[in-house]
Amino acid sequence: MSTPAPEAAPDTTRIHNIGYRSYDGPRLGRSYARRSLFSQSLRGAYGLGRSAKSKVLPMLLFGVMCAPALIIVAISVYTKADELFVEYTQYAVLLQLVIAVYLASQAPQSVSRDLRFRTVPLYFSRPIERVDYVLAKYGAMASALFILTASPLLILWIGSMLAKMDFVEQAKLFGQGLVSVAVLSVLFSGVGLVMAALTPRRGFGVAAVIAVLTITYGAVSTLQGISYATENTGAVPWLGLFSPLTLVIGLQNAFLGAPASFPGEVPVGAGAGVVYLVVILGLIAACYGILMARYRKVGL
Amino acid sequence: MYDPTVARLTYRALLGRRRAAILFLLPGLLLIIAAAVRAINGADDQVAADLLGGFALATMVPLIGVIAGTGAIGPEIDDGSIVYLLSKPVKRPTIIITKLIVAIAVTMAFSAVPTLIAGFILNGNGQQVAVAYTVAALVASIAYSALFLLLGTISRHAVVIGLVYALVWEALFGSLIAGARTLSVQQWALALAEKVTGEGLISSDVALPTATVLLVVVTLGATWFAGHKLRTLTLAGEE
Repeated sequence: MSTPAPEAAPDTTRIHNIGYRSYDGPRLGRSYARRSLFSQSLRGAYGLGRSAKSKVLPMLLFGVMCAPALIIVAISVYTKADELFVEYTQYAVLLQLVIAVYLASQAPQSVSRDLRFRTVPLYFSRPIERVDYVLAKYGAMASALFILTASPLLILWIGSMLAKMDFVEQAKLFGQGLVSVAVLSVLFSGVGLVMAALTPRRGFGVAAVIAVLTITYGAVSTLQGISYATENTGAVPWLGLFSPLTLVIGLQNAFLGAPASFPGEVPVGAGAGVVYLVVILGLIAACYGILMARYRKVGL
Repeated sequence: MYDPTVARLTYRALLGRRRAAILFLLPGLLLIIAAAVRAINGADDQVAADLLGGFALATMVPLIGVIAGTGAIGPEIDDGSIVYLLSKPVKRPTIIITKLIVAIAVTMAFSAVPTLIAGFILNGNGQQVAVAYTVAALVASIAYSALFLLLGTISRHAVVIGLVYALVWEALFGSLIAGARTLSVQQWALALAEKVTGEGLISSDVALPTATVLLVVVTLGATWFAGHKLRTLTLAGEE
């Protein structure tokens, strides 16, 4: 048997048209991709759309966050008190550890896994830009924290109406509380995402977020206590500039009607309050800038 | 029971690249605060004891213990590379004990040594405060490392659970409910510190014999159980 002659080849091979067609339907575009990334990240922060095991922790923390509010409301209604015995603005300060643990567990799952499994380039192969990714992740984390911190305030407010407290006054206090937790959510989620994005290993990310939030607060409170005890009260408000939570405490003390809660009830005046506001805005801008810089070269 | 290669790899995993920066951050902060307090306030035994007890022993030692203890084994289980280690002819308990020794060494180096230095900065070891808290930090390092290493083999949320134990159970419940203090590594370590300095600035709610027994039981039990857990480890995919 002989092989077919080479001359026969042009007759038998041919390029078939097997019907590939280009897509000419509607393209949903950049804003749709950004919205999807935002909503998926927000759902992911509460474990929705993930495995049952990863729902446990965020839901548990959400429950722990809301439980004291329910107890406060129950006691207030039962004793017919004419005001809640915990201020709206103090609630997040009292439960700061829950917020810190929530942020520490969810910020790394939001950004670290994309970095570690090198899926970030896949996002950028879609019609989204770096700024969309950062904004979507940042917005989602801030919204998740806002839901966590504002829900108990809503419970308190509804409870205050059930207990027939003064509506206008309670609504005003509730509004001030909402502004305060909104600032806290944006500030904390920025800090958390920066720490998580810089440490792709999940465990280290968790520890780093917790360390930055609680250690700085502990250190600042200790220093404030010492400077108050040594009659150095002028330094107390300025020391508060060095940790995220004391920044929020100082801001709400200066502008949002919260009682002075630094050691010795040293108040933060309007002048210092402006400095607090500037530092908070600067920190948020810095977090955004660091995240943008972090994703400039990632994985490519 | 000690494998130098496993130890070397664990040291690299714990201290390599940027990770050591987190570990240097906390002791650095302690030393800065100690120096600031000394500069503002002068030497004061009570302030020194408060700062070392409240910041160094209550916050820094558990945090470094969590990072070192879970970091010694957690990431390897997390990304599945532990199978390459487990498939080598090294006994599982040997792996655990080696990693435990490394974790203890790292925790001690980054918590007990700065505590001693901070104590000397604060009041020049007046009333043995610095030495007492260093002893407490050394003892607590061993127990925390064993405990958090065990957590690292049990759960992928080891760091969160460890932090909740260290910050919520020991700090929050410990200050509210007296009974919680009996089950707290920090108080056991303080009991030993109390023995070193005698009655005075440091007090613990747990008697020394109880504390010693509990420390030994927890450390050995956690190590044994971690070894057992590693023998029956199932690797799960990423959630």
